[in-house]
Amino acid sequence: MDTGYAAWMLISSSLVLLMTAPGLALFYGGMSRSKSVLNMLMMSFSAVGVVGIVYALWGWSMTYSSVGWAAADAENPGWEFAKLFSSPFDQFGLSNTLPGNYVFVAFQMTFAIITVALISGAIADRVKFSSWLVFMPIWVTLAYFPLAHQVWGGGFLSNVDGGLASLVYGVTDGVANVAPIDYAGGTVVHINAGVAALVLAILIGKRVGFGKEPMRPHNLTLTMIGAGLLWFGWFGFNVGSIVPVATQGVAGEEADFFANSVAFSANFVGETGLVWLNTTLATCAAMVGWLIVERFRDGKATSLGAASGIVAGLVAITPACGSLSPLGSMALGVVAGGLCAFAVGLKFKLGFDDSLDVVGVHLVGGIVGTIGIGFLATGSGLFYGNGIDQLVVQFLVALYAIIWSGIVTLIVGLAIKYTMGWRIDEDHELEGIDFVEHGENAYDLAGTPGARRLTGSTGTSTSIGTTSDAEVSA
Amino acid sequence: MKLVTAVIKPHKWEDVREALETFGVTGMTVSEVSGYGRQKGHTEVYRGAEYDIALVPKIRVEIVVDTADVEDIVGIVAKSAHTGRIGDGKVWVSSIDSVVRVRTGDRDAAAI
Repeated sequence: MDTGYAAWMLISSSLVLLMTAPGLALFYGGMSRSKSVLNMLMMSFSAVGVVGIVYALWGWSMTYSSVGWAAADAENPGWEFAKLFSSPFDQFGLSNTLPGNYVFVAFQMTFAIITVALISGAIADRVKFSSWLVFMPIWVTLAYFPLAHQVWGGGFLSNVDGGLASLVYGVTDGVANVAPIDYAGGTVVHINAGVAALVLAILIGKRVGFGKEPMRPHNLTLTMIGAGLLWFGWFGFNVGSIVPVATQGVAGEEADFFANSVAFSANFVGETGLVWLNTTLATCAAMVGWLIVERFRDGKATSLGAASGIVAGLVAITPACGSLSPLGSMALGVVAGGLCAFAVGLKFKLGFDDSLDVVGVHLVGGIVGTIGIGFLATGSGLFYGNGIDQLVVQFLVALYAIIWSGIVTLIVGLAIKYTMGWRIDEDHELEGIDFVEHGENAYDLAGTPGARRLTGSTGTSTSIGTTSDAEVSA
Repeated sequence: MKLVTAVIKPHKWEDVREALETFGVTGMTVSEVSGYGRQKGHTEVYRGAEYDIALVPKIRVEIVVDTADVEDIVGIVAKSAHTGRIGDGKVWVSSIDSVVRVRTGDRDAAAI
């Protein structure tokens, strides 16, 4: 493997981890109310803890073990079940994983983590922390790993013979004539998380007082910092998603290392530069698009609008960043920013409490990006005179991801609802989930009043207002 | 002795303090408070959702003064906090029975 490429992959993996903790955590935390900001942060941070472990145990194996960079194809067909997912046991706990693939495990792990964390914004302020901890490993196993395998692991949504695209437009030499395009996760990450957010928001129900009480963001400075960190981390997310192929000299090192390295370098520089620019330009355009909508609809351009537009643009360009021109990326971005600015109002009309607009930004943005490729891809898009084939394939892939995620989330969500339950008590919700679920409060603005250290050991914390005389005098 | 309490616009506090200091007032208690009067609240828009925010941030100033100075001090506060626009706030005066300076034990007029 090219060492420069390996170094970039390690940096990219670290950047994508930064997107979740603290990027997304702050983005969501600032939008929540002051009594529930810590729980919001914890939903993202706990995703890192739980999904990171699950990914190393069976996530990588389920996604890539039988096909992909690692194992040989014909000799080792693995346990692939109808191209939906690979064996969870083949490389369980990263056994049998080639050391050369560790950087890819690291990179892919961070994607699984942020996808799960994204969902949390839809169900803010009201969900038992224990239920969230149980939901994450089950959902990522049944919804994320299979979709990631289908799109990137040589499964049903890739360009393989027998995949969705090949069934519609046929194959040539074992490769689909019209390959679906998802560069960095429009379907796997954003549509997947967006649909899960929609299903859970409906299933779990509204926050107490939704639509009546003001539930405005408590600290937009945190949200702006989070949006900035997400943007920065997204360079790892998109630019790190470059996939070297044999002709670029990575797999063919033994043939002519030097010639291959030169070819690889030229390709690498060109592609990463384009993806970086596309990612940024789409985001710039989306921020401006969102602010323009706000200016004319609401009268003022807001900081929350800028932060939201940034994320909408990043979401939309995610699947498209490798196949658009810089101009096409700007067009995609401005459409995504404008559309998402309208979409976030739908929850009030339709009556579901997607608290921090995961549906309006990630589902809508993910669909705009995934289907936008059909119009704007320079090599196969409708606007470049290539007919509607790519558009049809992109539409079908998006639809498939929506259905897959919707069904899986519904099953997992209902199972938790009727076993351990999702909601904290209504009284506790009004009191604030931070104290009830975590025993902490985010802000101590007044300094010291009424606080003293108890000399007893831990495990004696009590609910608000019920500290007994015995504990006080202890 | 009287307690002069004023609820004013936050950005006018510095003017009020300066005017009172010039007059010779040596201390005061200030708190950040919120409330509403004829000014009512205002509307904020987050992602297109409008919220009617009833409470407006204000500064409450409390000064214990000698009865002889009350009229002057009320006048100074009212003048220095004035902008002429709605929401300028209010000043009121109430009687207090006694005052103790904690450090010295001085009482009443000596403690002001």
